[in-house]
Amino acid sequence: MAHSPESGHAPAEERVEQFIGGLLRIGVLIAAAVTVAGGAALLARHGFARADYHVFHGQPAMLSSLGGIIAGVARLDPRAIVQLGIVLLIATPVARVLFTLVAFALRRDWRYVLISGIVFGLLIYSLLAG
Amino acid sequence: MTILTLTTLVFTGAFTAGLIGALTGLGGGAIIVPLLTLGFGVDIRYAVGASLVSVIATSSGAAAAYVREGYTNVRVGMVLEVATTIGALTGAFVAGLVAPSVIAVIFGLVLLHSAWQSLQPRVEHITEGPSDPLAKALRLDSTYPTEHGPQHYKVQHVPAGFGLMYVAGVLSGLLGIGSGVVKVLAMDRAMHLPFKVSTTTSNFMIGVTAAASAGVYLHRGYIDPGLALPVMLGVLCGALVGARALPKLETRKLRLVFSVIVAILAIEMLYNGITGRI
Repeated sequence: MAHSPESGHAPAEERVEQFIGGLLRIGVLIAAAVTVAGGAALLARHGFARADYHVFHGQPAMLSSLGGIIAGVARLDPRAIVQLGIVLLIATPVARVLFTLVAFALRRDWRYVLISGIVFGLLIYSLLAG
Repeated sequence: MTILTLTTLVFTGAFTAGLIGALTGLGGGAIIVPLLTLGFGVDIRYAVGASLVSVIATSSGAAAAYVREGYTNVRVGMVLEVATTIGALTGAFVAGLVAPSVIAVIFGLVLLHSAWQSLQPRVEHITEGPSDPLAKALRLDSTYPTEHGPQHYKVQHVPAGFGLMYVAGVLSGLLGIGSGVVKVLAMDRAMHLPFKVSTTTSNFMIGVTAAASAGVYLHRGYIDPGLALPVMLGVLCGALVGARALPKLETRKLRLVFSVIVAILAIEMLYNGITGRI
């Protein structure tokens, strides 16, 4: 098998690594951009309101469920836009696991398809039902 | 305090935490929660939620670079992520059941251990003998780049590493930290991976681990956008600047200073937790 000179990993493996690297970078950049946009709007609208984080209130449904966040974004609510950026950030490693699963399936590496499938299932459970 | 003032101050603090975290290799998560709770009087649940988000951002950003350089062992990462995600879900559920002061005390103890651990010299364990049979079955042995070309390494004690990773996941979900110290312990000491491989693979897994608990935190309403915003952006910017400055700095002294800071924060967390102020 031909090996790359630097890492010694097989070429197919190295292509997966390059793709994962790109995926993570793009995910973080998009999430940060959305968060900055929402944050600018948030500060412009509520910047001079009093901050209160001493007492725990939890968050309204608009900011704690995927449906609520999407509905809030549709109304251009700044807090919902920031929260969307955070959800995109959480989704970045999840997308990485899904991609790894597909890459293992293409190579018919069923043991690793199972392993990535378990991790992916746990992440989806947390994100949708947690 | 207005939201604008708080955002600016928290951003500055988070930037510093990210910078120091990147320079010492310990991550910024360990300082964010004490900074928010002790410094700004933020409820520990909001603080842990915001910290988790920043942990995902920095680890994904750094992993993007490391994985391309070929140090990260993706297969070891995938196998151990089963343990860390189950642990992270456990930690996140436990966080909803115990009093905030209990979390503060556990946080203090983990910080004390991190401060002590970061001062210990890391001993490279390279084994000549055969690999763990599980490592063979899962094809975990791999190579990593060195100056003299690819270097082969064998993976040991997979079950012990898996068990320690579960603990790392629980701590991550409970405290909103990356638990890099426990992860490196599992991979250096138990599984005998080379330093560069264990550090980068640990970082690779932190994003997935934190994402598992962040989902639970989001649904519970522990993630406040107004607070997570400056924390995430601050730590991310600080970590980026730190990563650029890293090759030019003497990190041994920096680690010592950082360990002292972490130890002081640990004692503050313990005191506030025990006296019920958090």
